[in-house]
Amino acid sequence: MITLTINGREIQTPRGSTILETCQAAGIPVPTLCYDPDLRLAGSCRMCLVEVKGRPLFVASCVTPAENGMVIETDSPDIVEARKVILELLAARHNFNCQVCEKNGDCKFQDYCYQYGVKDSRFEEGGRHLYPIDDPNPFLERDYNKCIMCTRCVRACEDITVARAINVKNRGHNAKISTFLDGNLSDSPCVFCGQCVMVCPVGALTSKVSAGLGRCYEVEKVLTTCTYCGTGCTLELNVKDDKVVGVTSNRTVEGSPVNKGALCVKGRFGWDFINSPDRLTTPLIKENGQFREASWDEALDLVAKRLGEIKAQHGADSIALFSSARVTNEENYLAQKFTRAVLGTNNVDHCARL
Amino acid sequence: MTNSIGELEKDANCIFVIGSNTVENHPVIGMKIKHNKLYNGAKLIVADPRRTDLAEIADVYMPHIPGSDVALVNAMMNVIISEGLADQAFIAEHTEGYEAMAALVEKFTPEFAEPITGVPAEDIRAAARVYAQSGNAVICYAMGLTQHRTGTDNVKSVCNLAMLTGNIGRPGTGVDPLRGQNNVQGACDMGALPVVYTAYQNVTNEAARVKFEQAWGVSLPAENGLVLTEVINKAYHGEMKALYVFGENPMMSDPDLHHVEEALEKLDFLVVQDIFLTETAKYADVVLPGSCFAEKNGTFSNTERRVQRVRKAVSAPGQARADWEIICEIANRMGYAMNYANAEEIFEEIRGLTPSYAGINYARLEKGGLQWPCPTEEHPGTPFLHKDGNFSRGKGAFAAIDYIPPGEQPDEEYPLILTTGRSLFHYHTGTMTRRASALDTHKPEPELEINPITAASKGIQDGDLVRISTRRGGLNIRAKLTSMVAPQVVFMTFHFAEAAANWLTSSEFLDPVAKIPEYKVSACKVEKI
Repeated sequence: MITLTINGREIQTPRGSTILETCQAAGIPVPTLCYDPDLRLAGSCRMCLVEVKGRPLFVASCVTPAENGMVIETDSPDIVEARKVILELLAARHNFNCQVCEKNGDCKFQDYCYQYGVKDSRFEEGGRHLYPIDDPNPFLERDYNKCIMCTRCVRACEDITVARAINVKNRGHNAKISTFLDGNLSDSPCVFCGQCVMVCPVGALTSKVSAGLGRCYEVEKVLTTCTYCGTGCTLELNVKDDKVVGVTSNRTVEGSPVNKGALCVKGRFGWDFINSPDRLTTPLIKENGQFREASWDEALDLVAKRLGEIKAQHGADSIALFSSARVTNEENYLAQKFTRAVLGTNNVDHCARL
Repeated sequence: MTNSIGELEKDANCIFVIGSNTVENHPVIGMKIKHNKLYNGAKLIVADPRRTDLAEIADVYMPHIPGSDVALVNAMMNVIISEGLADQAFIAEHTEGYEAMAALVEKFTPEFAEPITGVPAEDIRAAARVYAQSGNAVICYAMGLTQHRTGTDNVKSVCNLAMLTGNIGRPGTGVDPLRGQNNVQGACDMGALPVVYTAYQNVTNEAARVKFEQAWGVSLPAENGLVLTEVINKAYHGEMKALYVFGENPMMSDPDLHHVEEALEKLDFLVVQDIFLTETAKYADVVLPGSCFAEKNGTFSNTERRVQRVRKAVSAPGQARADWEIICEIANRMGYAMNYANAEEIFEEIRGLTPSYAGINYARLEKGGLQWPCPTEEHPGTPFLHKDGNFSRGKGAFAAIDYIPPGEQPDEEYPLILTTGRSLFHYHTGTMTRRASALDTHKPEPELEINPITAASKGIQDGDLVRISTRRGGLNIRAKLTSMVAPQVVFMTFHFAEAAANWLTSSEFLDPVAKIPEYKVSACKVEKI
């Protein structure tokens, strides 16, 4: 352990920690935009600047190792002023249409501009770039007029998904996130997992499937397990007015032990079958080759009666039940119990073979 | 899986992927494998008839002919034994049957295997050396290994390979089947199989049967039941009278749909319980509306044996009900009382009868899931099995397995091999993903992957409509020219009802043990329309 002083407080931290990690462990708030604990460090946004006594320049706390005896200020007037300028510089390329932005209320840039009182930018001379919002893929919206170049998306694509579909092109004010030759995502190695949406701190990358369906502060997030392959990724169903309106990631180890928030295109963008108008909403009974709607009582009575009759007439082994790899353990248990204890046969199987 | 998903990213020094297009079918696992290979320097060996995303970055890629897996793995073992790379101490201490296996693989020199597998002998040697000499080595497989008439043999072969090199019982080693469905592991664990109750307790074992008879208060049948493919065959011959299909879609997923269709039509009574009017439900006498995962409470068990919570987020549409409630209603109407207040109450009954789940309860699952076996409430769960080479059965049993060719062989009329599988953007029979707007917009129609050389010989261009036929029948589909498949192989997915691959596959050749169909090998021809 080493000892250092932050905002007049003596703090111990393990050797090898960064200043940011030390602050976070001690509960000292430091604003960050490009920092993400699961991604390789960039140190590019400079929002996490702190003052280290004896150093001529402010340092980015996310990439600076804590050293024994350091004296640090995280919130001095000079630091606050520096952060305001940083926000103004970023604001010069950010399109503030918060009122219709999907990320309104869940945007770190919006929060910091509010916190630091940044309402406009002195650096808009020459005008903002006007990037077209025209990637035709059905999954994610790319609005680089809101991008603050934190490069979290680039690093998530490279570190988590290992697709390496995007990178930074150009420099300075002209810097932009781009696929190879700045084309559409569908012509790149992108697999539409949406890890970039997960890590984007602003509204530059959002889900097209969820667009307009609910604000972050209107939805309840229910942690559950994905319904597709056997990996067992957990995800959060976003619920508004008793309807699923989106999927977000839980990135904690406890909430997401298998995937730590990472998902694939089906898990993140393939949820709206839940609300499909094709869903069955009532029991159906076939009569003269046509289905008609039936009450539960009528349908259940008919099933019980016919199964009972066939068992009596042809024996239990003339009946079989196919259970499902789609339904819960509890339901599979009841399905085999029903087959064995009620129907009286071991003819129960499911699609493990298929 | 003997081991855990996280180990594929951190602990494995070598990953041998055979018959799994992991990046498309288990995308998040694929990400971890790529991460380990590209950033941690792990070695990657891929055996697959298709040049998958993982094959592109593999240290050794072996595009073996569909169905030649046993020959390929035997040849790898031949190299390992002849070059002295086997872990003799592990073999002596923890296994049995080595001599018979070693005697059998003696003839499987890489040169002997080359014409069977289509893989150059030197590549087989390279793969064997990398697998045996990289430290912790793990084998991952999926349906590419199992959906053959020799599916069980194929799996036993890769188990041989792991035991031969002592690659079992430590983090980053093991034999990891990547299971294809959210709760296929759980369905098996729960005894939704014709031969076992929960936790693989045999229905023919009297002690197990007595235990369940006492718990359920009825006498239970003592004979093994029929597997799914046998049920369909019995129905086809008029011997199966009633079928209750609960969240399955055999009219898309089963082999040879002509055969399935006739079988379903011959039933006296078919009940289908599902969330959509599936291709199968159209044949039903009664359709019962169930709930999807977002509409009910319960648990799923993933491919690494991790039991995790499923939580109700929204109400089911209309009058649809939770599936467990529907089963209880029917049981009650048939004179057997089944009454539970909620899913947790069912889980409590399960863990009382299921030793590997005995220590799991809903409160514990709030903290991130538990991997079985978890025998007591104090047990932390089991990230990897067979610790220190102590196998569940005592000694690990080598199996001497000879190569048996696929049942279905190409001939002059059907010269190509059709192999089937899934795409990243759809899931199984498409019931859900075809109704997921973004997924279906992105991939709205099926494609037949065909090698440009083969296509050129038939005058087929990218995007052309072609007819693919097997001995069962044919269908029209658009061609996609790609060198991802070898010239003698074509590939299509089975997601699309409008061109369902299983009209083409065969139900004739089943694995003798698992009764799994030979989905991965159908002799076929392709013609331009």
